[in-house]
Amino acid sequence: MVKIVSQRPKSLKDKIFHYCPGCGHSIVHRIMCEVIDEMDIRGITIGVPPAGCAVLAYNYFDVDMIEAPHGRGPAMASGIKRALPDRIVFSYQGDGDLAAIGIAESFHAANRGENITVIFINNAVYGMTGGQMAPTTMLNQRTTTSPDGRKQSLDGYPVKVSEIFSQLPGTTYIERCMVNSPAGVNKTKKAIRKAFQCQRDGLGFSLVEILSPCPTNWKMNTIDSCKWIDDVMSNVFPPGVFKDDIKARATEAAV
Amino acid sequence: MNKFLMSGNFIIGEAAIRAGCRFYAGYPITPQNELTEYMAEHMRRAEGGVFLQSESEVAAINMIAGASAAGARVMTSSSSPGISLKQEGISSMAACELPGVIVNIMRGGPGLGNIRPSQGDYFQATRGGGHGDYRTMVFAPATCQELADLTMDAFDYADKYRTPVMILADGMMGQMMEPVIFKKPKPRQYPEKFMLRGAGDGKSKFIRGLLLDPIDSEEHNWKLARKYEVIVENETRHEEHLCDDADLAIVAYGTAARIAKGAIKRLQDSGMKVGLFRPITLWPFPEMKLRALSEKVKRFLVFEMSTGQMLDDVRLALQGYAQIDFHGRPGGAVPTPAELANVVARVYSKKAQTVY
Ligand SMILES: Cc1ncc(C[n+]2csc(CCOP(=O)(O)OP(=O)(O)O)c2C)c(N)n1
Ligand code: SF4
Repeated sequence: MVKIVSQRPKSLKDKIFHYCPGCGHSIVHRIMCEVIDEMDIRGITIGVPPAGCAVLAYNYFDVDMIEAPHGRGPAMASGIKRALPDRIVFSYQGDGDLAAIGIAESFHAANRGENITVIFINNAVYGMTGGQMAPTTMLNQRTTTSPDGRKQSLDGYPVKVSEIFSQLPGTTYIERCMVNSPAGVNKTKKAIRKAFQCQRDGLGFSLVEILSPCPTNWKMNTIDSCKWIDDVMSNVFPPGVFKDDIKARATEAAV
Repeated sequence: MNKFLMSGNFIIGEAAIRAGCRFYAGYPITPQNELTEYMAEHMRRAEGGVFLQSESEVAAINMIAGASAAGARVMTSSSSPGISLKQEGISSMAACELPGVIVNIMRGGPGLGNIRPSQGDYFQATRGGGHGDYRTMVFAPATCQELADLTMDAFDYADKYRTPVMILADGMMGQMMEPVIFKKPKPRQYPEKFMLRGAGDGKSKFIRGLLLDPIDSEEHNWKLARKYEVIVENETRHEEHLCDDADLAIVAYGTAARIAKGAIKRLQDSGMKVGLFRPITLWPFPEMKLRALSEKVKRFLVFEMSTGQMLDDVRLALQGYAQIDFHGRPGGAVPTPAELANVVARVYSKKAQTVY
């Protein structure tokens, strides 16, 4: 008898990713689709991809999707969710999208406690536009717009979205993960599942920040990119659960 | 039918809710705050109604875009600077063919300008406003009754053509009180196939504005252009007032047209044959109707509360067939009917001709 040990998730279309080799986006797409399958929510899920490398996510996710203007995903997702409260709505965003141009929309969707899930790909650069400095770029990291390295005196500090958003009483579940190792990928998948479950149970705003390699713009090979996440990025952006009010909210909801 | 005495901003809100609008997002800005406040109070009472005070106009337009995609009837409102902020979203809704109603209660500009009534946003409204090759239908009500009727119609047009539609009024229209009758709304006709509600057991759908392939993108632009042609062909609206035997016609819309009617009364009383051509749709502009009028009337005076924007459309419509003069008061200055009557009287009796 043949035992299937791995297969393409049903919610993932049979298409070749356009992402660069070693890119974190494709890994995250896949594990999100696995979660969507496992939770059997494909038919009720509506996704909002960003302007960013993931702008074509609708070519891969076999769920209803609407592309948002750069940074506006959480506003759009709020509109969808308020109109259709029983659907699972997620916004998928890069760090330029979420933490720069769309920080207001993200912050306020979180603060309102919108019952949506934000999947936040932190790759420390603007990927799609060619590797410019992002709000999450490390100090001294060279990018095309910080050719001598990011200087705090000129460019400010890397923005720690999970830490900041976890301070907002409106948020329920916030975790930072990494997809640079099999263990990290498994952990990320668990976090995504927890976030979607939080939404399904009506418990409010969830966000999973994912440290994600961008070998192309980091100008590193895939292995070095994974190492760089361990050695450099995760020191500034430590992984962990920053907020988990799921139990408290569930109790509140029960009362 | 019941008559209601309400101010313009409230009328728009009430008409929208009666028309089945169930999602409103907005950000405070004078002189349209009463509309946002009306929606806050009444929208959540309507079944399934959602009111969201957004963090900005940028967020508001994207919230309604999302809700529109999800199948709701949607509206946002603002005033001039806020409408500027919405432009990326309006362009995106036009590209994605999402219906929605956007109300601009114009104030003086440019920049922060002031909160007085003005008509300086004509170009922005009628030329698309945001980036790219698109247009939005623009209605310019001039009475409270029209505010009610056109607001309701705007939702139907938005659905019919799957496009954002703008109500362009100004602070005066927003604050003014007149009795209105709310007509019975038509049942909504918007097929579910255009909505994103989750794929269920079927095929998934997506809505996008990005078309990387230039040929696909060109095709999409032509598709939109063909739709706009149909709108131009079929949907212009205007009013002609005392034009039949007029020697001169004032061309004005919205509040300016009301002032013009006051001026015309004075001018007629002193024996001058002056009429009014009032575009009700600014885009599509009633170009052919105005050109047809130029067979009877040879002198036109465009009057706007701006330095002259609709003037361009009047020139394009008349193309040298008639003499065109202009009077404008920009920046929130509102002339009296007496002032306008004086200007028109001078033009009326003047020999020298300014042909634009
Ligand atoms: C209003 C606007 N400004 C700028 C852009 C150009 N733009 C597209 S994607 C992008 C940045 C993407 O970076 P990020 O959000 O970090 O996502 P990544 O590509 O790295 O996944 C920018 C600046 C745009 N599409 N819209
Ligand atoms: S540029 Fe970076 S983020 Fe974009 S696809 Fe390539 S590796 Fe991924």
